[in-house]
Amino acid sequence: MMNETMMAIYRSRMKRKRRYLLMTCLLTVLALGLMALMLMLGNTIYPVKDVISVVLGENVKGASFAVGTIRLPRMIVGLFSGFAFGVGGYIFQTMLRNPLANPNVIGITTGSSAAAVFCIIVLHASNAFVSIASVVGGLLTAIVIFILSKGSSFSIGRLILIGIGIQAMLNAFISYLMVIGNTYDLPSAMRWLSGSLNGAKMENLYPLIVTVCICTPIVLFLANRLEILELGEQAATSLGVATNKTRLLLLLSSVLMIAMATAATGPIAFVAFLAGPIAKKLVGVGFSNIVPAGLIGVILVLAADIIGQFAFETRYPVGVITGIIGAPYLIYLLIRINRKGDL
Amino acid sequence: MKPTHTFRAEHITAGYDNKTILHDVSVTVPSNKISIIIGANGCGKSTLLKTMARLIKPTAGQVMLDGQSIQKLPGKQLAKVLGLLPQSPIVPEGITVADLVGRGRFPHHRFLKGWSKKDYAAVAEAMDMMNITEFADRHIDELSGGQRQRVWIAMALAQQTDILFLDEPTTFLDITYQVEILDLLTDLNRKYGTTIVMVLHDINLSARYADYIFALHEGKLVAEGTPSDIISNALIKDIFALDCMVIEDPVSTSPSVVPIGRHHNKLDAMTINRTGQPVHLTESVM
Repeated sequence: MMNETMMAIYRSRMKRKRRYLLMTCLLTVLALGLMALMLMLGNTIYPVKDVISVVLGENVKGASFAVGTIRLPRMIVGLFSGFAFGVGGYIFQTMLRNPLANPNVIGITTGSSAAAVFCIIVLHASNAFVSIASVVGGLLTAIVIFILSKGSSFSIGRLILIGIGIQAMLNAFISYLMVIGNTYDLPSAMRWLSGSLNGAKMENLYPLIVTVCICTPIVLFLANRLEILELGEQAATSLGVATNKTRLLLLLSSVLMIAMATAATGPIAFVAFLAGPIAKKLVGVGFSNIVPAGLIGVILVLAADIIGQFAFETRYPVGVITGIIGAPYLIYLLIRINRKGDL
Repeated sequence: MKPTHTFRAEHITAGYDNKTILHDVSVTVPSNKISIIIGANGCGKSTLLKTMARLIKPTAGQVMLDGQSIQKLPGKQLAKVLGLLPQSPIVPEGITVADLVGRGRFPHHRFLKGWSKKDYAAVAEAMDMMNITEFADRHIDELSGGQRQRVWIAMALAQQTDILFLDEPTTFLDITYQVEILDLLTDLNRKYGTTIVMVLHDINLSARYADYIFALHEGKLVAEGTPSDIISNALIKDIFALDCMVIEDPVSTSPSVVPIGRHHNKLDAMTINRTGQPVHLTESVM
């Protein structure tokens, strides 16, 4: 038996579902296109046929080195870090119900960078050690922010302000390290300031790939619960969600993904910040936007890297380009929040 | 009709952080009836409701549903029997009315299964009952306070629980909407036999709409029973520290509380003694 109301609800839900599927497909196609483009473009432009042969493991003269050793790791690191930034950022923003509550804005990625720069300049540590330190730095920063904002009662506004403060402190610390550092250490430290896909090597990427492959199913499994958490602590509990456990798992997964991605590429500015809101604009609300946000993260990173490499006389690292796109949005958001009058 | 449940709070002591608000409170919720918890601000009404809905873990005592402690039941299983509409739930940005109501179906969903016909039917029924069908595709922020509250109640209805708790469902609403909400909840109780327990501020509406009343004062249960049995001048004086006259509500014949302030007393040569009976001045000690 279907009454009129039921049909109306069914129709509009299906309409949204179609839009969700269509957008997800389009984003996937776009991401795949950019992935192919990353492999084809460079000093020598290789046709699709050669690129496919190299990826399939065949030996193509010239292309094997350029595509297989240089461009493929660059594309893979862009793909996985973009996805990790997008998903992690979306989960933060949704769980804390504020687009500003984001690893980029509240200093978690800066924590990773500060730890890495410290290891490079003061400890002269190896690459592997720097990566581990940057993951630990990100996690520690997240823990400190949450402990400080706990107080007598948890407030998201306070969390954001504390995060911004901590980010400022960490940035000052990084600047100090850059000043006291040896000149020959600076280039490797620079990567930790703006984020770059340069010099990606396949063997260094496995931690990131494994983390993304483990955390993505976890957050997808929790996607429905994340939607219920949005209704607030009390409503979520009475709908049967174990709120503390769910929040902890989601936070842990997203902080890990973000920290791993930062360890691999440096803090690519604003990707985690932009992906969620763009996904929401394109797909709408009602279905979990975790996958679309991840795809938009991929698209932002790959597109910005292609622009940075080829659009100008000088080559710019990817983080500079995403920074140029992201900063105006941050300002727009601050103006809008200022008008609404709450953080 | 909804099945009968025994729902009991047994010797509950509860509060926030180090502050104990409820002291050894025991209540048995009458099944398939409307119960209302009354009391002054800060007396522990909301705390009692939240403890009974497992939002607060009691420091002593337990809440039992059909002989089992609710803390021990799996969250989703309990959420199919017991629902709560919090005082200020949060509206996710950009969500439509039908979507929000649909979230009430969460405890009935299984992993990776989409919406079933049952889900659509439950959402449609809840929306029809709350008269919000016409807003289905609207955003929540476009609705008035009264409409919004109907949407939230519809979400709780879509959960299809046998027992429904509501924490001040009429606060911040105009009188018209207060009556409308309480009428709709009474419809729900009459039609399905849903057990309803709510916290209300308005003592007169409580007396009219409640089958059973729990009166709290400073964290203790001081009276319980049907409104006509327990609402008296003495009780109101006890829990609200207010002198008043209890009269019969001409519409519903339930008790109605008329407060006596320091001004505007036109009872002329009369004053009111503590039992509320009009007494002539000459008889009273001035």
